[in-house]
Amino acid sequence: MLKPEEKKDLQKIALQLRYDLVEMIGIGAAGHLGGSCSLAETIALLYFHKMNFSADRLKDPNRDRLVLSKGHAALIQYAALCEARCFPREELKRVKTLGGLLQGHPDMSIPGLEAVTGSLGQGLSISLGIALALRLNKSPARVYTIMGDGEQSEGQLWEAAMAVANFKLDNLTAFIDYNQVQATGPTKDVFNIPELDKKWSAFGWNVINAKGHDVENILEAVEKAETLKGKPSVIILETIKGKGFSFAEGNPAYHNGTFTEETYKQALKELDAVKAGL
Amino acid sequence: MEKQSLRKAYGDALVELGKQNSDIVVLEADLGKSTMSYVFKESFPDRYFEMGIAEQNMASTSAGLALTGKIPFYSTFAVFAAGRAYDQIRCSIAIPKANVRICGSSCGLSDFGDGKTHQSVEDGNIIKTLPHMIVLNPCDAVEVKKMMGFLVSYQGPAYIRINRNDLPVFTSPDGEFQLGKIYPITEGGDAVIFATGVMVSKSAEAAELLKKDGIGVQVVNVSSLKPLLKEELLKYTAGKKAIITAEEAVKIGGLGAGIASLLIGEVNLPFEQVGINDEFGTSAHGYEELLEKYGISTNHIYNAVKKALGK
Repeated sequence: MLKPEEKKDLQKIALQLRYDLVEMIGIGAAGHLGGSCSLAETIALLYFHKMNFSADRLKDPNRDRLVLSKGHAALIQYAALCEARCFPREELKRVKTLGGLLQGHPDMSIPGLEAVTGSLGQGLSISLGIALALRLNKSPARVYTIMGDGEQSEGQLWEAAMAVANFKLDNLTAFIDYNQVQATGPTKDVFNIPELDKKWSAFGWNVINAKGHDVENILEAVEKAETLKGKPSVIILETIKGKGFSFAEGNPAYHNGTFTEETYKQALKELDAVKAGL
Repeated sequence: MEKQSLRKAYGDALVELGKQNSDIVVLEADLGKSTMSYVFKESFPDRYFEMGIAEQNMASTSAGLALTGKIPFYSTFAVFAAGRAYDQIRCSIAIPKANVRICGSSCGLSDFGDGKTHQSVEDGNIIKTLPHMIVLNPCDAVEVKKMMGFLVSYQGPAYIRINRNDLPVFTSPDGEFQLGKIYPITEGGDAVIFATGVMVSKSAEAAELLKKDGIGVQVVNVSSLKPLLKEELLKYTAGKKAIITAEEAVKIGGLGAGIASLLIGEVNLPFEQVGINDEFGTSAHGYEELLEKYGISTNHIYNAVKKALGK
């Protein structure tokens, strides 16, 4: 359970991460706004409440790990790592530029990142390896893996799903960002994957549903996952792609979209309105 | 000459090294009895992970283990190890320089009966193109053991090709394997054969035949396909009248091509490549039949040397 002030703090952080997204993408350049926004609350909760994580202990063997399998949402993770002081704020402005620290997709040269991801379907497998090593080491640390719903069409992911269940790794918690929109359109139209919950359940996982923009509800799901032993858990996050920006919500154009001067100003205005209410 | 199994050497080395280093873990994709990795399971069941027939997951899982301080060795047939999981090797392993050791077993045409789907004439060539990867191609069982010792302490991702068949022992158990170093096998002043893997023993046989014709050939074992170092090659081209390369792989992107690109402009000598043309393998009752069919037998090396020397 979150105390009221903790809840408010996390909401403020999620808001700040969205401000950072707008700053990183800027006017006229493209960035993965949609799939980043759908994760703002989850990322805020994990880095700033749930995980044993801190910028001065990035190599601590008992740190909790977060692997962003849907690597195109790197911007939201960069915003969080910046907020956690893993690198200076100036780097946000240099994202995706030649010589900048922050690459277009997660790279291990960036402090705080645990894996190279972006080629979809690999993150759960990498997390499986981390979880096996942590278990061998009798470490209390946990691994959190965030996948996309579009990513569910990658075959390797199901190899990993079977293997994680086979090894009964309950130190691994997976998330599916169920925002129902992928690069070229609504997931149900592009490549429909019905009954995700039943698929994961059939592969030997505990399936937990959560409201992905409600930090309290996400935390409840995560805590439930951690109490269920002998099996891995997957949390299906019901989210809205582009959440927080009226023009981007559910809009495939903002999977990797560009701000015009007008939408940029509008974005900041909408964030300011949320800020005023917090 | 005594023949020994390279696969057995791989399995035995895993067990031996596993006793000394508890960070070593082994992964396999249901081929442990062929690759001989299963012997590690018998000694260290907690550190052996049967990943099922799922090579892509095995590659990325190995990366996760390596990124958490383990030293994973994973093995399967070379064709699946290198080809099926190419992007996983690239993104999960090579880019972050994860300490994963990949064993491509039954490489080349050495799985002679199983045919083109199971024979890998391109695995080393593919992996060589990935930045950060090193590629080792041992010529005998003794070299496998030495390379395995090296691989435990090496920092970075690595690929090792293992022949399915027993091969003559040419190398000495003395000393340690040094990355990028190439090793003379025979002495001879007329021509040099840069050979790798099974072609080292074939080249030595060819050198014996050539000796009877009065031609002296120096066979050199190039067991680091990558890094391939120009200065190492130049040690053996000095004073020679011809260069021959010999490999059990397609010529495109292979050892001969690599040597040619390093020596162009440095050495102006007749140059012959013994390797597989732009073709897949096929089934046969015996390994030697395939080496003959694909132009990489002892006789082909013998002829290539004569051609290069204009004799």
